Amino acid sequence: MGSITLKQVTKSFGDVNVIKPIDLSIRNGEFMVFVGPSGCGKSTLLRMISGLEDTTSGNIEIDGEDATELPPGKRGLAMVFQSYALYPHMSVENNIAFPLKRAKLPPEVIKQKVTDAATKLNLIDYLDRKPSQLSGGQRQRVAIGRAIVRQPSAFLFDEPLSNLDASLRVNMRLEISELHKSLNTTMVYVTHDQVEAMTMADRIAVFNKGVIEQVGSPIELYQQPVNKFVAGFIGSPKMNFIELNTANTSNVATIGARPEHIMVTEDSGLWQGKVGVVEHLGSESFLHITLADGTSLTVKVDGDTAIKYGDVVNLNVAEDKLFYFDAAGLNISDSVSSIAQVLGTSKQAVEG
Amino acid sequence: MQKTQSKIIYSVLAWSIAFLIFFPILWTVLTSFKTEAEAISSSPSLFMFDWTLVNYEDVLSRSPYFLHFTNSIIIAVGSSLIGLLIAIPAAWSMAFAQTDKTKHLLMWMLSTKMLPPVGVLIPIYLIFRDFGLLDTRLGLVIVMTLINLPIIVWMLFTYFKEIPKDILESARVDGASLGQEIVYVLMPIALPGIASTLLLNIILAWNEAFWTLILTAADSAPLTAFIASYSSPEGLFYAKLSAASAMAIAPILVMGWFSQKQLVRGLSFGAVK
Repeated sequence: MGSITLKQVTKSFGDVNVIKPIDLSIRNGEFMVFVGPSGCGKSTLLRMISGLEDTTSGNIEIDGEDATELPPGKRGLAMVFQSYALYPHMSVENNIAFPLKRAKLPPEVIKQKVTDAATKLNLIDYLDRKPSQLSGGQRQRVAIGRAIVRQPSAFLFDEPLSNLDASLRVNMRLEISELHKSLNTTMVYVTHDQVEAMTMADRIAVFNKGVIEQVGSPIELYQQPVNKFVAGFIGSPKMNFIELNTANTSNVATIGARPEHIMVTEDSGLWQGKVGVVEHLGSESFLHITLADGTSLTVKVDGDTAIKYGDVVNLNVAEDKLFYFDAAGLNISDSVSSIAQVLGTSKQAVEG
Repeated sequence: MQKTQSKIIYSVLAWSIAFLIFFPILWTVLTSFKTEAEAISSSPSLFMFDWTLVNYEDVLSRSPYFLHFTNSIIIAVGSSLIGLLIAIPAAWSMAFAQTDKTKHLLMWMLSTKMLPPVGVLIPIYLIFRDFGLLDTRLGLVIVMTLINLPIIVWMLFTYFKEIPKDILESARVDGASLGQEIVYVLMPIALPGIASTLLLNIILAWNEAFWTLILTAADSAPLTAFIASYSSPEGLFYAKLSAASAMAIAPILVMGWFSQKQLVRGLSFGAVK
C-alpha cells in the first residue's frame, strides 16, 4: 500500500503563502514527479508529505488515514535527500541499519536486511567504509539503501540527482526507475529537470508559484499542455512562442510551436527568418532563428544540415502540431480550427 | 631564498610572542624554587640561584592542597558537564529550530556576560546565605554553571550550525525520536566541538577566582582560593605564593598540553572548512 492524498493542503511562512490550496491524489505504486522552477513550492510540498514541514491547513492522508499531525518517523515513508544526508560518523552498514535499529528489530534480522539491500545496490564490498570514503554515486546508493530497508509505503526523493555529474545522473536515473519497477512502491520525486520528469514519471505534477498547473502523464503534458507555462516547461528545447500583436477573431494571443515540429521549407511557409547561431550536436542541430519582428525561434533539424549562420529560411509547421494560447495563457487549441483562421487577421503582424 | 628568510623572521617573531605570553608563568615557576629572600631580591636572577623545594614542603604541610585540588576538579568538571547537559538541547533548538527571536535570545544570553559580576554579588550572596549554599561545592557548581552557560550555548550553537540540517531531518524520517536524534546523530557529529567546549569551560571554571573567593571559606575552596590565602595579613610570601600558584595551574596546564590539538581544532572550527 502507498497511496497519498492531499486535500486542500496549504503552507504559509508568515504572510507568504508558499503552497496555495492543493488537491492531489497519488496512487499506490505510482511514480509521481513534482517538477517546476526553483521556488515553486515542490520541495516544500514533499517535505510536508514527509512531515518535516507542518501543514498550515488541509489534510494529508497516507493509505487512507489522516497523517497530517503524525511525526515524520511514524508516517511509514522513506526520504532520499539531495545532499544524501548520510550519517558521516557511521559506516555504510550502520547507515543502512539506522532506521531498522530505531524500529527495534532483532540484530539478526537487521543484519539480513542490510545484506540484502547492499547486495541489491552493489554496496556489499563497502559496508565497513565511512560515507566520506565513497564516491557521489555510491553515497546516493547508500541513501537509497537506507530508504529501501524499511520497506516504506512510499519513497520521497528530493532532487536526489542534482549533486551528481551528467553521466552518473543518467545511470542513477535508470537505477531508480528499475528500482521502482522491481519494488513496485509509490515514489514521489521532486526535480527541476524536466528531462528527469519526462523519463521517469508515470505522472507529472507541474508546479508554478505554489500551485499545481497540471497533472498528467508525460505524453499528456507534452501533447496537451493546459497553458503556456506547462507548454514551455515540458519539452526540450522549450516550445517557441510567437506573440500576435493584433486582435483576431479566435482570441489567440500566442502561437506555440515545438522546435522539433518546425520544418525548414523551400517554398514560402508560415514565417521567414534569419539564421543566427547553429548548434551541432551530431545527431541533430538547433537553429536559432530571428524573425523580422525580433521574435527568436529554436528549430530542430538534422545533424548534417547545411544551413549556416546568416541564411534566410522559410519555416512551416504542420497544422495539427501548432498550439494556441489566449491572453491569459490558457491553451485554446481545441477552439481554433486552422492557422488561417488566426493569421487571417494578423498574418501581417507575424511577418512584420 | 626570500621565502626561507621570511620564514625565519616569522618563526622568530612567533616564538618571541609565545615567550612573552609564557614569561609570567615561567617566572612564577622559577620563583617557586627560590628562597623568600631571593624572591624579593632587587636584582633577581633567572636561573642562577639556590634551587630549593622548601616552598613546596611548606605549602603542602601548611594547607590541604589535595582537598582544594579535589574541590577544583569537582567544581570545574561538574559545572562544565551540567552546563553541557543544559546547553546541548538549548543550542539544538537555536541552531535547528530557529525563529526570528532566536538571535535576540542569543544576544541576551551573551549580554549577561557583559555585566560586571560584582553587580549581582549582593543578591547572589544573600540567596546563597539563605539557602545554606555558602562554602559548599554544590553552591559553586551552580554558580559556575550559570556563569559559563552563555559561553557554552554560544560555542555549541556555532558548531551545530555547521552541521547540515538534512542529516538530522533524515534521522527524523528514519524514525528517531528527538532524544535519539541528538544522542545518535547530532552529538557524535559535533563531538570535536563538544569536546573543545568542555575543555575550554573546564579551564574557565578552574581559573575563576571572583566567585570562589567570595562564596567559599575553607571546606569547598578550590585552588584559586588556596592561592589567595598566601597573600595574607601576615604579609606577602612571594616564593610560597608562587609555589601554590605553580601547583594550582599545573593540572590545567598538563590537561591543556595534552588536549591542545583538540582545543585548536575546536576553536578554529568553521573558520576553515
